[in-house]
Amino acid sequence: METTTTRTTCPYCGVGCGVNAVLENDAVRVAGDERHPSNQGRLCSKGTALADTVGLSDRLLYPMVDGRRASWDEALDEVASRFGEIIAEHGPEAVAFYVSGQLLTEDYYVANKLMKGYIGSANIDTNSRLCMSSAVAGHKRAFGEDVVPGCYEDLELADLVVLVGSNTAWCHPVVYQRIVAAQENDANKKLVVIDPRRTATAEGADLHLPLAPGTDVHLFNGLLAYLAEHGVTSDLPGTQDAVAEARKIGDIDAVAEACGLARDAVAAFFELFANTERTVTVFSQGVNQSSAGTDKVNAILNCHLLTDRIGKPGACPFSITGQPNAMGGREVGGLSSTLAAHMGFDAAERVQRFWNSPAIASEPGLKAVELFEAIERGEIKAVWIMATNPLVSLPHADRARRALEACEFVAVSDCMRHTDTVNRAHVLLPAAAWAEKSGTVTNSERIISRQRSFLPMPGDTRADWDIICDVARRMGFGEGFGFDSAASIFREHAALTAFENDGERVLNLEGLAELTDQAYDRLEPLRWPVRADKPFRAVGAMPAPQDSRRLFVDGVYPTSDGRAHLVAVTPRGPANAVSDQHPLALNTGRIRDHWHTMTRTAKSARLSAHIPEPFVEVHPSDAERYGVIDGAIATVSTALGEAHVRVIVTDGQREGTLFVPMHWNDQFAARARVGALANPAVCPISGEPEFKHTPAAIAPFDAAWHGFILASRPLRLAGESDIDYWVKIPGERFYRYEIAGLQAPEDLAGKARRWIGIDRRTTDWLEAADPAAGRYRAAHMDAGHIDACVFVAPEPAALPERSWLAGLFTGEPVDEAERIGLLAGRPADPGADPGPQVCSCFGVGRNTILRAIDEQGLDSVAAVGKALDAGTNCGSCKPEIASLIAEAQADE
Amino acid sequence: MSDNTTQPKLDLVVIGNGMAGVRVIEELLEAAPERYNITVFGAEPHPSYNRIMLSPVLAGDKDFAEIETHDRSWYVDNDIVLHTGEAVTAIDRRRRMVISESGRETGYDRLLLATGSTPFMLPVPGHTLDGVISFRAIGDVERMVEASKNGGKAVVIGGGLLGLEAAYGLHKRGMEVTIVHLMETLMERQLDPIAADLLQHSLAQRGLSFRMGAKTAAILGDDEDRVIGLRFDDADDSEIKADLVVMAVGIRPNVELADKAGLHCEKGVVVNDTMQTYDPRIYAVGECVEHRHAVYGLVAPLWDQAEVCANHLAHRGHTHYEGSVTATQLKVTGIDVYSAGDFSDGEGSEALVFSDVRRGVYKRVVLREDRIVGVVLYGDTRDGGWYFKLMREGVDISNVRDLLLFGQAYMPPELANEAEAA
Ligand SMILES: Cc1cc2nc3c(=O)[nH]c(=O)nc-3n(C[C@H](O)[C@H](O)[C@H](O)COP(=O)(O)OP(=O)(O)OC[C@H]3O[C@@H](n4cnc5c(N)ncnc54)[C@H](O)[C@@H]3O)c2cc1C
Ligand code: SF4
Ligand code: SF4
Repeated sequence: METTTTRTTCPYCGVGCGVNAVLENDAVRVAGDERHPSNQGRLCSKGTALADTVGLSDRLLYPMVDGRRASWDEALDEVASRFGEIIAEHGPEAVAFYVSGQLLTEDYYVANKLMKGYIGSANIDTNSRLCMSSAVAGHKRAFGEDVVPGCYEDLELADLVVLVGSNTAWCHPVVYQRIVAAQENDANKKLVVIDPRRTATAEGADLHLPLAPGTDVHLFNGLLAYLAEHGVTSDLPGTQDAVAEARKIGDIDAVAEACGLARDAVAAFFELFANTERTVTVFSQGVNQSSAGTDKVNAILNCHLLTDRIGKPGACPFSITGQPNAMGGREVGGLSSTLAAHMGFDAAERVQRFWNSPAIASEPGLKAVELFEAIERGEIKAVWIMATNPLVSLPHADRARRALEACEFVAVSDCMRHTDTVNRAHVLLPAAAWAEKSGTVTNSERIISRQRSFLPMPGDTRADWDIICDVARRMGFGEGFGFDSAASIFREHAALTAFENDGERVLNLEGLAELTDQAYDRLEPLRWPVRADKPFRAVGAMPAPQDSRRLFVDGVYPTSDGRAHLVAVTPRGPANAVSDQHPLALNTGRIRDHWHTMTRTAKSARLSAHIPEPFVEVHPSDAERYGVIDGAIATVSTALGEAHVRVIVTDGQREGTLFVPMHWNDQFAARARVGALANPAVCPISGEPEFKHTPAAIAPFDAAWHGFILASRPLRLAGESDIDYWVKIPGERFYRYEIAGLQAPEDLAGKARRWIGIDRRTTDWLEAADPAAGRYRAAHMDAGHIDACVFVAPEPAALPERSWLAGLFTGEPVDEAERIGLLAGRPADPGADPGPQVCSCFGVGRNTILRAIDEQGLDSVAAVGKALDAGTNCGSCKPEIASLIAEAQADE
Repeated sequence: MSDNTTQPKLDLVVIGNGMAGVRVIEELLEAAPERYNITVFGAEPHPSYNRIMLSPVLAGDKDFAEIETHDRSWYVDNDIVLHTGEAVTAIDRRRRMVISESGRETGYDRLLLATGSTPFMLPVPGHTLDGVISFRAIGDVERMVEASKNGGKAVVIGGGLLGLEAAYGLHKRGMEVTIVHLMETLMERQLDPIAADLLQHSLAQRGLSFRMGAKTAAILGDDEDRVIGLRFDDADDSEIKADLVVMAVGIRPNVELADKAGLHCEKGVVVNDTMQTYDPRIYAVGECVEHRHAVYGLVAPLWDQAEVCANHLAHRGHTHYEGSVTATQLKVTGIDVYSAGDFSDGEGSEALVFSDVRRGVYKRVVLREDRIVGVVLYGDTRDGGWYFKLMREGVDISNVRDLLLFGQAYMPPELANEAEAA
C-alpha cells in the first residue's frame, strides 16, 4: 500500500485551515494539519468532507467553444482574439475580468497584471466585492491600508469577544471552536453576539443583541458616545467629529429604541465593552453587506481606536473574511478599486515601471454590480469569468443573467461542467480544482499557506495561472507572462510588495521575493509582513520584525500623518425601506455545510444532509400573519424576483425579517436563487451590495401535492410541467429530490414513471396508490437493487422520513424484509429510523440522538458525544445537539 | 342451570352430520348438556370430518384420518345416537317424526336441518356420463384419486375457489388439467381482475391450462358412456379431450327435504335471526339456509349461526344472528389469496392498491367513509385477518390510511393490537 500525505489548505472559508490530504492507493482521506497555526489540527464539517468532493463527476474536463469540445489552441486563440478585437475596436474599457476569492494568489496576480498592466483597464473585479469590500474600505479610511491587525490567538486571549453580523459557528467554525474552547473554562471570558437572527452562534453567547437590521452604526455610535461619556478619550485625528456625531443618537434608551433592543441588553453590552480591556470585535458579512457597510466598519473601528484596543494581545477589531483567498486577492490588488499590492492608482507609474508593461490602468474600474450593469448596457462587450458563479451570487441575479445573455463574448474558467454561469459561456476553459492546484492563499489572520496538489490534473485541465498566461501570450504580451511555475509568479508578487516600499505599505513580502522553487514547495504557513534578513528600512514604521502577529503595536499607521483616524459616521437605514407591498426585510447568508453555490459541497452527501433544502426562516408572528406554515413551502418575493423555499418558523428570526440561504441555484432547485431577489443597492464607498436587507413579502406556496424521489442516478426534472417545486439533494449513492406542484397531476402512475425515466413495460415495479386521497408511492427495482422511488401525498406530513429509504441505496441488493417495507418508507420497527442527520461526520440522526438522550439520560453535549460520537469530530453540530438536549429537557 | 335437572329431556333430531350440524351439537353440549336426547342422521358413511380439508387431501398434502373431527366414540361418549349412511327422506311435522331412507321413524321435540348444499351440475348433454363428478364429499375425493392413478387428462369446469383447488389437487396427482371457466377472470366473485391475473399466471406457471370465457356445450362420452371430452359453444365448436370432468360451477342449498315438509324456502330454507324456520320447532343452520336473503358457502358464517342456534335451543337468552361478512382464502400451497367483503369500485368507495409485481404481491383495500369494506390480498395474506377484523368492527382508519396497505407491523399499538385480538 502506498501512502502519501500532502500538507495543503482548505479551499472554503477564510479561516484557512491546514489540511493533511492522505492519498492511499486511489483513496483520499483528509485530516486537520496539527502543525498549521490557524486550526492546529481542527477541521469543520466542510473541511472534514473534502475527500467527498474530489471525484470527477460533472467536472469540466476539456475546453469547449460554442458548446462543443475544442482543443486548447482553439479555445485560447478564441479568447485572445475576441478580447483583442474588442479592445482594438472599442478600447480597453470594453472588456472585463470577473474573478474570485477562490483563485490562488498566483492566479489572481497574473489576472490582475494582465488587465491592469497590459490591457490597461482596471475592469477586474471579484466576488470578494460581495463579501468584504466594506471592510477593505473601512480599513483604508481608519488605518490607511487594508490590514487586519490581529490574529486568531487574540480571540483566545480576549476577555470579551464581540461577534457582529457573523454566524461564526457555521461560517467560520474553527475560529468559533477556538473561541469556545478558550472561554469554556474561564467564567471571566464573555461572548456577545450582535445579529438580528438568533443563529447557532448566538445560542452559545453570554449575551445576544438581536438588533433591527441595518442599525449597527446606531449601536456602535451609541457605544462610542457611551465610552466618551465615561471618560475615554483619544487624541487621534477624527475623534472629536466622530464622538460628536455619535452623541446625536442619544442615551442608552434612545439607542435601544433605535436598534429595537431591550434597554438592559444594550446597557449590559456597553458596560461590558467599556470595562473589558481585552476585547476583540469580530465582524463579517452582516456588517459588510450593507449600503452603509463601510460606515458600519468604521463605527466598529472607532470604538477600538478610541479605547486604544488595537495591536495588543487580546484586543483588536477583526474583520474575518469569507473566502479562502479573499485576502490573497486583496494583497495582489485584484479588485477594481485598487491597483496592485496594496497600492492605489496614484502608484500607477511605479507599478508600470515594476512590470515594465505597455500600459497601466490609471483609475479605478467598475465594481462587481456596476460591471454587470455595464455588460447589460453593452459597454463591456467581453468578459472572462473565473472560478465564480455570479448568476447565482450577484444581487439582482436575473439581470446579471440577461447581461451575460446579451454579452458579445463570455469566457468562463471553471472546474464544473454545469453551473448557472458556465451554461452561458461561449468559451469554457477547464480549470484544475483544489486537489490538483498548487499555489498560495492568505487567510483572515494574514497567514500565507501553500495549497499543494496531491492528485494529477484530470483530462485537459490546467491551472488558472497557466491559462491566463497563455491567453496573455496569445494576445502578444509574451514578455510579461513567461512564468513557468506558480513559484515564479509568487516571487514577482512578493517583489512587487517590496518594490519601493519604504514602509508606506504594511504589506511587504520582501523576505519571500527570492524564494527558491524548493523553498516555495516547502513553505511553512507564515504571517506577513515578511521582512528580509536585513532590518526594515523605515525604522519605527513597522512592528518588531520577528513578531508579525499584531500590527500597529507602536501606534504608527500607513497614513499620510502616520496615525489612525476615527471616522465620523452618521447612521442611516437600508437603501430600500420596507413597504406595504414588501413589508419584510430579507436577509441572506450561509449555512454550516454548504459553500457558496454548492458546486463542490453538494458532491458530499454528508454535507448535503445537514440542511437538505433551501429554506426561509420566519418569526412565528409573521408566519401567522402571512399564513405560512412550518415545513410547508412559501413564495418569498421582492420587487426583483421570487423564490420557492421551505418554511422554518422560529423565534430565532427577528419579527419583520426573513432569512434565506445564498447557496441554492438552478442546478439544485427549481427556484431558490436568492441572488435573484436581492436588491443591487450598494455601499457608495465600497460598492458592496446590500444582501442583508431587501424589502420582501412572503406568501404560502399553495402546493396541491408534495413528494420526493430518491434515485440512484441524477434525473432531469427541470422541464416537468407538473413539478413546480424541486430541490436536488445529492446523497451517498443516490440523489434525493423534494418535489411539489400547484396542480394535482393526473395519472400519477404514468407521471412517476416518466419522472424517473422508466418505460411502462418495466416489470420490477412496486406501487402503492390511494388515488382518492392523492397518495402515491412507487419504486423501480433493478436486479434486486433499488433504482428509484417516488412518494407523493397532499400533505408533507403524510410522506415518510427519507433517511431509512436513503439507506437502501447501498449498492447491495435490497433484502426481502426491506423490500416489504420499502413503500412504507420505514422498517416495521419504528425504532430503527435514525431521522434527519445532525452530525455529518459520524452520520448520527436526530431520532438517534433524541432516543439516546431519553434512554440514557444524557444531559450534555459531551455525554452525547461519548454515547454516540456525535459532535466529537468537527464539532460543527454541537450547537444543534445542545438544542436537542434543551428540547428534550423542555419536553419532560 | 339447576333447572336443567328438574326438566324432562327433550328429543333433538339433527339431519346432516356435516360441519354446521356437528358444530351446533358441540355448542349445545357446552351450554345445556342435560337438555336433549340427541339423534343424528348423516347421509355420508363417515362420522364427522372437516370438509374444507378435502382439498389438501385431494392434493395429497393430508390423508383422511387427519381431517376427521369426531370419531364414533365421541358420539357414544356424549350419548348421541348416530345413524351414518342413512339419509332422512321425509319430515312429518304433524306427528313430529322424521323418516329415514331405511324407514326408521324418529320422533322429535326439536329438529335441526343442517343438510348443507349440493353441487350444481350443468345440465349439458353428457353430464351424467361416467367420469363426470362433483367436488363436495369424501366420496368425490376418493373417485378423483382413483381416476388420477392412470394419469390422463382432467377438465375442471369452474374457475372458482373449489374448481381451482380441485384442479390443483388433480395436477399434483399427475393429471394434465385444464380449467374451463365461463368468465374472463378466475374467482371473479372474490378477486378483482389484477389479482385474478396474478393468480392465473402463477397457476399457469405450475402447469395448469386454462380455457377462459369458455362455455361448455356438451360432455362427450364413448360407447360405454365413459367421458372422453368436452365440446365448447364457440364459433368452431372446438373440443378438448378429458378422462375426467369435475364440475365445480356452484352449489345449491339442499332444501329438498324442507320444501317437501312445507317449510318456507326461497334459495335456501328461510330462517329468522334465531335460526328458526317458519315452524318454530324446526331450526336450520349452515349452507342450506337463507337468512335475510343471504346464503353462504363458507364455514365462518355457520360458526356464528351454530352459536345462536345452540343458545336458543338451550334457552339461553337471546343472541341474534345478524348475518356474516365473509373472507375467502385459497388453499393452494404456495399461493396466498385472501378476499373479503365488497372490493368492487363503486360510488363512494375508495380503493387503496399495492402491487409488487416481481414478488407477486397485490393488495387492494376498499374503503367507504373511512372504513374498510373489502379487501383482496394476493401473495402476501398475512394481514388478511387483521383487515377483516377492522372491517367487521367498522374501525375508522383515517388516521392510519397512508400505511394501511403495509399492515399491522406499521400500525400504532392501539390498531396493531386489533390484530392480536383477531
Ligand atoms: C372441497 C371443499 C373445500 C372447501 N374449502 C372451504 C374453505 O377453504 N373455507 C371455507 O370457509 N369453506 C370451504 N368449503 C365450504 C365448507 O366446507 C362448507 O361451507 C361447510 O362444510 C358447510 O357446512 P354445512 O354443515 O352447512 O354443510 P356440509 O358440511 O356439507 O354438511 C351437510 C351434511 O349433510 C348431509 N345431508 C344432506 N342431506 C341429508 C339428509 N337428507 N339426511 C342426512 N344427511 C344429509 C350431507 O351428506 C353432509 O354430510 C369447502 C367445501 C368443499 C367441498
Ligand atoms: S473552518 Fe472549515 S471551511 Fe473554514 S477553512 Fe477550516 S475547515 Fe475549511
Ligand atoms: S471574504 Fe469574501 S467571502 Fe467573504 S468575505 Fe470576503 S471575499 Fe468573502
